Amino acid sequence: MAVCIAVIAKENYPLYIRSVPTENELKFHYTVHTSLDVVDEKISAMGKAMVDQRELYLGLLYPTEDYKVYGYVTNSKVKFVMVVDSSNTALRDNEIRSMFRKLHNSYTDIMCNPFYNPGDRIHSRAFDNMVNSMMMQVC
Amino acid sequence: MDPAAAAAGEEEGGEKPPVIYTMENKPIVTCAGDQNLFTSLYPTLSQQLPREPMEWRRSYGRAPKMIHLESNFVQFKEELLPKEGNKALLTFPFLHIYWTECCDTEVYKTTVKDDITKWQNVLKAHNSVDWLIVVVESDAKKKNKTNILPRTSIVDKIRNDFCNKQSDRCVVLSDPLKDSSRSQESWNAFLTKLRTLLLMSFTKNLGKFEDDMRTLREKRTEPGWSFCEYFMVQEELAFVFEMLQQFEDALVQYDELDALFSQYVVNFGAGDGANWLTFFCQPVRSWNGLILRKPIDMEKRELIQNQEATLLDLRSYLFSRQCTLLIFLQRPWEVSQRALELLHNCVQELKLLEVSVPPGALDCWVFLSCLEVLQRIEGCCDRAQIDANVSHTVGLWSYATEKLKSLGYLCGLVSEKGPNSEDLNRTVDLLAGLGAERPETANASQSPYKKLKEALSSVEAFEKHYLDLSHATIEMYTNIGRIRSAKLVGKDLAEFYMRKKGPQKAEVYLQGALKTYLAEGWALLVTHTRKQLAECQKHLGQIENYLQISSLLAGDNHLTEDERKRFCQEILDFANQQTENQGQKIILPMHSFAQLKTLHFDPPNAVVHVGGKLSIELTLLSQMPIPIQVDQIAIHVHFSIEKNNYRKTAEWLTKHKISNGVINFPNEVVGFPWSRNNLPALELYEMYERSPSDNSLNTAGIICKNVHMLLRRQESSSSLDKPSGLTLEDGAHVLKCHNLVLEPGVNKITFSTQAKEPGTYTLRQLCTSVGKIQFVLLHIYPIVQYDVYSQEPQLKVEPTTDSLLAGIPQKVKFTVTTGHYSMKSGDTLQLSNADAMPILYNPESKAVIYSNTREKISESSLRIQSSEKITSINLPVAPAYHVIEFELEVMYLPSATESAEEGENTTNKEVQRKNKEKQKLDNCMATVDQKVTIDCPWSIYSTIIALTFCIPFNAKHSLLSAGKRKYVQVCIQNLSELCFQLSDNNLKNTADCTDLQLVPLNPESQQVIYSKQSIFFVWELKWTKELPLSLQCLFSVSFCPATSEKQSLTLKPFTYEFQVENFFTLYHVKTEIFPPVGTEYCKTGSLCSLEVSITRLVDLSEVDRDEALTESDGYCTTKLMYEVVDNSSNWAVCGKSSGVISMPVAAQATHKVHMEVMPLFAGYLPFPDVRLFKYLPHHSAHSMQLDADSWIENDNLSVDKNVDDQADSSSIRSRGSLHSAASGEHKGLPMPRLQSFSSGQVFNCSTGMQILVIPSKDDHVLEVNIT
Repeated sequence: MAVCIAVIAKENYPLYIRSVPTENELKFHYTVHTSLDVVDEKISAMGKAMVDQRELYLGLLYPTEDYKVYGYVTNSKVKFVMVVDSSNTALRDNEIRSMFRKLHNSYTDIMCNPFYNPGDRIHSRAFDNMVNSMMMQVC
Repeated sequence: MDPAAAAAGEEEGGEKPPVIYTMENKPIVTCAGDQNLFTSLYPTLSQQLPREPMEWRRSYGRAPKMIHLESNFVQFKEELLPKEGNKALLTFPFLHIYWTECCDTEVYKTTVKDDITKWQNVLKAHNSVDWLIVVVESDAKKKNKTNILPRTSIVDKIRNDFCNKQSDRCVVLSDPLKDSSRSQESWNAFLTKLRTLLLMSFTKNLGKFEDDMRTLREKRTEPGWSFCEYFMVQEELAFVFEMLQQFEDALVQYDELDALFSQYVVNFGAGDGANWLTFFCQPVRSWNGLILRKPIDMEKRELIQNQEATLLDLRSYLFSRQCTLLIFLQRPWEVSQRALELLHNCVQELKLLEVSVPPGALDCWVFLSCLEVLQRIEGCCDRAQIDANVSHTVGLWSYATEKLKSLGYLCGLVSEKGPNSEDLNRTVDLLAGLGAERPETANASQSPYKKLKEALSSVEAFEKHYLDLSHATIEMYTNIGRIRSAKLVGKDLAEFYMRKKGPQKAEVYLQGALKTYLAEGWALLVTHTRKQLAECQKHLGQIENYLQISSLLAGDNHLTEDERKRFCQEILDFANQQTENQGQKIILPMHSFAQLKTLHFDPPNAVVHVGGKLSIELTLLSQMPIPIQVDQIAIHVHFSIEKNNYRKTAEWLTKHKISNGVINFPNEVVGFPWSRNNLPALELYEMYERSPSDNSLNTAGIICKNVHMLLRRQESSSSLDKPSGLTLEDGAHVLKCHNLVLEPGVNKITFSTQAKEPGTYTLRQLCTSVGKIQFVLLHIYPIVQYDVYSQEPQLKVEPTTDSLLAGIPQKVKFTVTTGHYSMKSGDTLQLSNADAMPILYNPESKAVIYSNTREKISESSLRIQSSEKITSINLPVAPAYHVIEFELEVMYLPSATESAEEGENTTNKEVQRKNKEKQKLDNCMATVDQKVTIDCPWSIYSTIIALTFCIPFNAKHSLLSAGKRKYVQVCIQNLSELCFQLSDNNLKNTADCTDLQLVPLNPESQQVIYSKQSIFFVWELKWTKELPLSLQCLFSVSFCPATSEKQSLTLKPFTYEFQVENFFTLYHVKTEIFPPVGTEYCKTGSLCSLEVSITRLVDLSEVDRDEALTESDGYCTTKLMYEVVDNSSNWAVCGKSSGVISMPVAAQATHKVHMEVMPLFAGYLPFPDVRLFKYLPHHSAHSMQLDADSWIENDNLSVDKNVDDQADSSSIRSRGSLHSAASGEHKGLPMPRLQSFSSGQVFNCSTGMQILVIPSKDDHVLEVNIT
């Protein structure tokens, strides 16, 4: 489904970034990094008024010729960015949302691990497997 | 007639369908009947019709809308009516109006009625039910023909004839050209009717059209279905909505078409192909971009209508229509957004449909389209609006830039040499696909077409256009704060410059991008950008920067092993280059090369004495992929002297500076100053503030103890800064290691040094030299220091226990700190002997040598030579800065001193007395200081050491009597913590009295006395002849610690000397109480008689010779005072309780005293005390005044007794109150005095006797004590 999934810390450094092995990893890094511009824009546009019922899903951040980049931000300002192949038209907004929700749940599990230091890079097999399952389905 | 309508009519006459594709399109209304009448009314009508909005209720639950109606009024012709099956909506006449102003019945009957009937029949033939008959009335005409029927009759007739059930289909317009309220009213009514009918017609006809359209759409699965046909039908609807100014609805129609098409493409990709779609898959031959300047691109529309359109044609046309509508709707930003989506989508669709596209064709199409959209938007917005909405357009700019770039690369316009022939051919092909420029922009100075053509024409032109676009994009991104996007475009630009061999221009962009990636910690991007930057700097010849980047890359594990090796080799090649200017060295920061992990000191506490050896072991983690030959590693050390600081003394350093000697350095991640990640953790502590008065809690909080660390300014990209302010010439204190090989990974390097000057050495910098390159760690942090000290030799003598006890052998520890002096063989400690404290020599005693860090070095036996005056201890050979420790046994012999100095030295006794006083005060052991003079080999001066000994025992004595028999009791109290065994207790009369014998009554010869316990010894005193006045005694007892087995030493016994005086019994006192006569027992409340009998036991002796004695006629008498005292208030003494008696001094002389006492309680009551005093006459007082102490002592007593004498003391309780009055009376008078007997002189045989008292019968009060 997804071709690249990234978890980015509040301070915008990557906590986790993983892309399909067949493609150029560097390109995705650039794509995800650039998408942070739009994430920042969207977060600041959301403003502080509706902190409680704020929508975590940021929607399509920006499309490129080949990929669509979607964003999601947790309440602690940790960002999830997902890059999806543009040709994959079967993927609707709702599926993307549910994928982000799954990602968020898995991330929450990591945070609950007492041995995990918030802010450290994520090295978790469970998380890996979950991300793999999201990337596998199409490839 | 309406000119517009006329124009329409003219066109209608031609062969082409009468479609007017302008904004002036209005719904058509036909006019029949009186044309002149209509022409006269037309201006008012066309002006009034759109003035008021009308609510349009829609079918299918669509929201009602307010609509301003306008119409195109056309003369009625039969051809206007649509034939069966004609779906054209634009030309559809929505309403037919018949105008007449006939007011004459005759005329009506003859002409008008026929005309209307004809008109109606035509309409009926075409199923048209939307018609209206307007009857215009004017007063003028009425006046002309006065004989006419009432006006209503014509209208009624018409209604009757034509509108059989629809009376509303005929309206009357009264005096339309007059300005009267009546005509106004009739106008309003007419217009409302007209609008209502128009809307009804719209609803009905559009509804029908939509139904037809839907039916057509449902047939899309049928084989013959054509998208293009359907497209045309739905577009018709869109046109009508547009005509009605319902742009939203019009847009919906196009969006539906768009979605339908997209769905087909997706389905096609999924294998579900529609036949008609294959037509859109024909190869792309033209890529001339979007055309947005015309409302409707007729060329493309025709292509679609003729089913000749390609995918790009269809998409272009669809988008141009959407764009037009969106701009009508004032939503230009949606245009830009949709444009970007469209362009991406088209590229994807072409891929999906596997349409063959010449290389670069799509790039051209996208590029032209982007610019076209942007120009279209610029055309409808002002500058400020555009600037405020850059975020919507910047994507298009960026996309255009990207496409131009790829075109440039494709056509060989970016290479250094320029395009080759193949490139040129490709360019020609691409330009051919653009076709000719469109007429609407042909004359403009700027157009996307011109731009592209120019850009592809030459290398220079391309560069100009590409740079323009790039800079504009970067600027826009920067302005809206999309820094990351800007940097990415910048990087593309840098790549371009690198291709064009302009590295100095590229560097700026690369550095900028690198800074951003570094700040945000994107490792892979950093690596990639660094690689590009390295290339760039190499071209620029920035050797230092290049080497630095290379070192970073060589240690970067995101690169492959080969790449890392390549960069590492670059460094080594440079380092080993033989150049003439050898002096010039390149200084690079160390962290990329190697990291300092730990530092290990030996000795671990990092303290050495002068001349001592110190080694420092560094753990360096080499980041390089291959082993590196290092010329030298140097640690630069800063030296400082802090002489006066106690913390820098040898004693403090060796004792307190304890550590395991390992210093760990925080892990600095190479090249990733993740600003927040690198900060130390918060050190938070609880804090409570209590009020000073009542200790209640005032404030509770949390404080952060390392705020200074957390809040300090972040050094931005410090790793990239060139190390500066480095002083490498500080040669005085440098630790060096030469010719090493640093293996990849962990390396241990040991530095050793010999300490020279005392002081503190701080490790400041670490410098690794590889050929011409020096890698420098500017600050070693945390601070690492070692201390060098020097020390004077010292001797310390201290007991091994808390305190030394006198009398038993005890161990004393000698500690010799050699300091800078080294012990040679033959060095001795010379101790001056003291008699009271011999030093006991134990041949087994050993001296142990420790290093200053308390490590045991060696052990050697101790040789001690003792002469009469001096004990000399041979010290073992020991190097400087060591400690020699040994223990010696010493013993203090207190009794020896005493016996030796007995009688001769009064001061000694004073000391003892003082000690006794001290002991009474503190209840602790008496102490004696003993001084020893020691000569040390390192000094010409003697050292005097004082040892304090405690005497473990305290002795007391007392004299006990039983009648005339006498006993001496000695109490020994053990004050120490130890347990002793006592033996050979002995009491001796020191005076020469042979007739005196001391008979011991002590059961055992050996006794154990435990800590803090006492033991009593008793002797009976027996004598044969007369007793002496005083008795000198010496008690002695041997003791040794109860635990020690060895009894090799002869210990001196503990002695105690004392004297007892006047111990012989002179008087015998006996007290008796008798119940009242006739009763058996004493009763409470009844008087009993008390008899005291005092008996003299001896004849006149030396003791009696004092002032109280009076002698007459060979009889001697002495005055005694007796006193009966009951301290426990058991008895009430009635009458005098005391008195003075004259006692004959002769054996067996007895004096009896009677008095009455009353028991106050029942039970066994102890007898009241009887005391006896010597009564001295007052005249002798003066002679006694010498001793002030005793005078004062006696004075008090005498006063008291005097009062008793004189006052008639009938009541016991009055004594205290009388006392003060009496004392004042007798002040200054000579007073008699009382003198008490010494303890053995009076024996009271009734002491401790009790008598039974029974309670009286009438005693109502019963006291019950429950215990």
